[in-house]
Amino acid sequence: MTAIDSAVLERHGIKPDEYERIQQLMGREPNLLELGLFSVMWSEHCSYKSSRVHLRTLPTTGPRVVQGPGENAGAVDIGDGLCAVFKIESHNHPSFIEPYQGAATGVGGIIRDIFTMGARPIALLNALRFGSLDTPLARRIFEGVVAGIGGYGNSIGIPTVGGEIVFDEMYAGNPLVNVFCLGIAHVDDIVKGAAKGTGNPVYYVGAKTGRDGIHGATMASAEFDEKSAEKRPAVQVGDPFMEKLLMEACLEVMKTGAVVGIQDMGAAGFTCSTSEMGSRGSCGMTVDVMHVPQRETGMIPYEIMLSESQERMLLVVERGREHEVEAVFEKWDLHAVQVGEVTEGTRLKIHERGTLVADVPNRALTDEAPVYQRPMEVPLWQKSVQEIAFSDLTPASAQQAFDTLIAVPTIASKRWAYRQFDHTVGTNTIAQPGMSAAVVRVKDTPRALAMSVDGNGRFCYLDPYQGAMLAVAEASRNVACAGGEPIGATNNLNFGNPERPEIMWQIAEAVRGIGDACRALNAPITGGNVSLYNETEGRAIFPTPVLGVVGLLEDASKTVTRTFKTAGAAVVLLGDNLGELGGSEYLATMHNLVAGKPPALNLKREAALQALIIKLIRDGCIESAHDCSEGGLAIALAECTFDTGGMGLSADLTSVGDEPAFATNATLFGESASRIVISVGSHHLDHVMEAARAAEVPAREIGRVGGEAIRISVNGQAAIDSPVPSAETAWATAIETKMRRKPKTDS
Amino acid sequence: MKFAVVVFPGSNSDRDAFYAASRVIGEQAELIWHKDNDLKGADAVILPGGFAHGDYLRTGAIARFSPIMSAVTAFADRGGPVLGICNGFQVLLEAGLLPGAMVRNDRIKFVSQIVPVRVEQTDTPFTAACAPKQVLHLPIAHGEGNYFAAPDELKALEANRQVIFRYSSPAGDVAAEWNPNGSLNGIAGICNRQRNVVGLMPHPERASELPLGSADGRVVLASAVKFFQDLKASRPQGRTTSSPQALA
Repeated sequence: MTAIDSAVLERHGIKPDEYERIQQLMGREPNLLELGLFSVMWSEHCSYKSSRVHLRTLPTTGPRVVQGPGENAGAVDIGDGLCAVFKIESHNHPSFIEPYQGAATGVGGIIRDIFTMGARPIALLNALRFGSLDTPLARRIFEGVVAGIGGYGNSIGIPTVGGEIVFDEMYAGNPLVNVFCLGIAHVDDIVKGAAKGTGNPVYYVGAKTGRDGIHGATMASAEFDEKSAEKRPAVQVGDPFMEKLLMEACLEVMKTGAVVGIQDMGAAGFTCSTSEMGSRGSCGMTVDVMHVPQRETGMIPYEIMLSESQERMLLVVERGREHEVEAVFEKWDLHAVQVGEVTEGTRLKIHERGTLVADVPNRALTDEAPVYQRPMEVPLWQKSVQEIAFSDLTPASAQQAFDTLIAVPTIASKRWAYRQFDHTVGTNTIAQPGMSAAVVRVKDTPRALAMSVDGNGRFCYLDPYQGAMLAVAEASRNVACAGGEPIGATNNLNFGNPERPEIMWQIAEAVRGIGDACRALNAPITGGNVSLYNETEGRAIFPTPVLGVVGLLEDASKTVTRTFKTAGAAVVLLGDNLGELGGSEYLATMHNLVAGKPPALNLKREAALQALIIKLIRDGCIESAHDCSEGGLAIALAECTFDTGGMGLSADLTSVGDEPAFATNATLFGESASRIVISVGSHHLDHVMEAARAAEVPAREIGRVGGEAIRISVNGQAAIDSPVPSAETAWATAIETKMRRKPKTDS
Repeated sequence: MKFAVVVFPGSNSDRDAFYAASRVIGEQAELIWHKDNDLKGADAVILPGGFAHGDYLRTGAIARFSPIMSAVTAFADRGGPVLGICNGFQVLLEAGLLPGAMVRNDRIKFVSQIVPVRVEQTDTPFTAACAPKQVLHLPIAHGEGNYFAAPDELKALEANRQVIFRYSSPAGDVAAEWNPNGSLNGIAGICNRQRNVVGLMPHPERASELPLGSADGRVVLASAVKFFQDLKASRPQGRTTSSPQALA
């Protein structure tokens, strides 16, 4: 047997002090297999060892929370005995190495988390980040990721109903693939991932175990270097057909009531599912790897325990009812095999043909994994990037800026991507992709759920606390713009190497921001995911917390979208236009500058704004609602005219902003928070203005829907005048035009 | 009347078809597992979308060996109405119940969008309630919807008025620019010579309620109901069975 020396520890990503702790918990030296178990379970990916102390500060409770963090997914009550089960998860590292499979298995993983809870998945969203589409590498990764998401989700028949995509060179070597899934379950039918009942059999079902993905969790906990392409064998291969069978069979088998606990084998595979189920149920488990169905010959226990082969589940079944469970799996041509049983005590015992080969306390792998209070430090550059040297810049003309921004891939229509996603399967999709929020109805009820995933890495780079609050506010505001009252949230924290104090500071600040905003906006966090070490050759991504917010509409028929509906309707801006250019798409695109302070955010005013828009939609007195984000008010107004068949608008804005030379552009393209553009029929205008006054939300009529052009003036001076068809074509085709260039293969 | 919706392993629109038939149209419907051998007295059969048997080998290629397919074939041979939607259409092609084949979309990628589709013929069980040349807005969601047939076969299809749905402009003009997948002659759906078996790539069951973006698809299942009622009305008095055996 290999001696455990510093080289072996390094290969396992275990630090010397961690090894000491392992020996203490074990009461002896671990063997190589046991070291392997610790290595995956104590990886950042599985243990959250760097982020856990901070995550504990997040608000996780609320009147509707049925299941908070700690299970496979969170759940919130949506009335009539139903709950929405949802979570977001990342597959960033694998998607860089093998874009199609990396993204596909990311979708597969989050779907399993949802149906494992006993919920039928009904919606997928994704938050994606890539490098500039002007580079062949980014085009290749974008192409592969989009195809992979579609290839998996479309096959299974879960619609991809929305999401957001941002392109920035900071993600060139570390694309982000965050996938959100939501399912519906009866509150009473929720099944948890805990083992219970001594003597209850433990079943393995699904795909056979192969050597793919061994140490996937460890890979996802390390930075990339020039050798990363060699890590390809650590990316798993997905089989959506197997997953579809597993999903249907598991949902059916859970209805029998014979399932005590169930967990999917995701990161850290068989090791994670056995130790976590035992740990959650405060019991022991004994398994024999001999019984694990294997795809390859000659696999050793180490490989079987650490494999991350996809589409596998672990079930604890009530003793005496095995036949009921086996019959359901047989129906679906799946073979469920008993691999072990629940035992007294609290240890995970792994056997190979009857011989004990590993014997570890469950909790040593899970709850007793190290938790670090890592050192933090404000980056030296933090203050300086918050300054904008306006005197060095020459303002772009408003028209030129508008024409450019409308076709920037981050702002442009993402139709190229979502045309490849089946968004109509399931017959629940009320708001198609491309609207402020995705909306799905809840069948057999009058209700609907609105969902949005949002994050702004640029803002978080400039101020992680502020940026994270803005992400929560935007996701929540998007949901509110569809009429959804936020009832729960999930977060995906994408950051660099937490062992660097300035990155750790970003993480801590971002989590603090998420906590403060979620508390103020009544959106408790019910689960999430942390992806660290998103760095290549020492350069980290922008700190990118992504928030997924779920909102409830009591009356699905009341929902509105961003698009103008009738000529002559009043265009009203809710909230203040403050002309803040810090961190804006305008500065980045027109001046190649990421600088300034992110927009201010008053959480009280944000909450009032969201409550107002939800009320106005419920009252049925507005025709459209659209949040202002990247590109500011001018872009938001333009987007309201797209997909309307060419309905234009005329608007006049009051000049704002501190820099006189940039006042017009700040007015048009500043990205101040807490703003919503609505359109209102004239007969409802008084009611809307009165409701805004009562809610103490600033409201100003800025123009009218109509004409065939987007006409925006500032203080009466014409600034933008673009025919809707040409602006819409530029916006709709920008990404496909870039993608039409032949993507080169590996450079 | 009663619809049977066949469930293959990998079907993913079975529940949608069931919902449309039972909840939207308001008729009886039953999900039938592919290992079953009989259609449980159904008056019309729907083979739903999805990726039956993982679409391994070719789309629809393995599904035709499912036990239920003998019953479906016998039902079709007796003149019973059979509708194949998307993957169900592909299964009908592989099973030889409809002529031709499906190949990869000409632009390679999966396409998911609502498209205008023109109804070409109204003398089938699934278009009986349509107006001639009516344009329906229906979602498509497929990677292999590019209909192909040999030149002679295609000629025969057109001559026999077996092309039932064609991709068109919203005004009903058929042109290459409105063809989303490269299908020959813009074909979106066809029927067999006897006209009782219809297959189409668009999803009428997903466009049966206005909140979903279009209710145009409702007419397809409503046609089956009308067809069934017309048949019943034309039948001699005293015969009450609704099984198609009695119709043959």
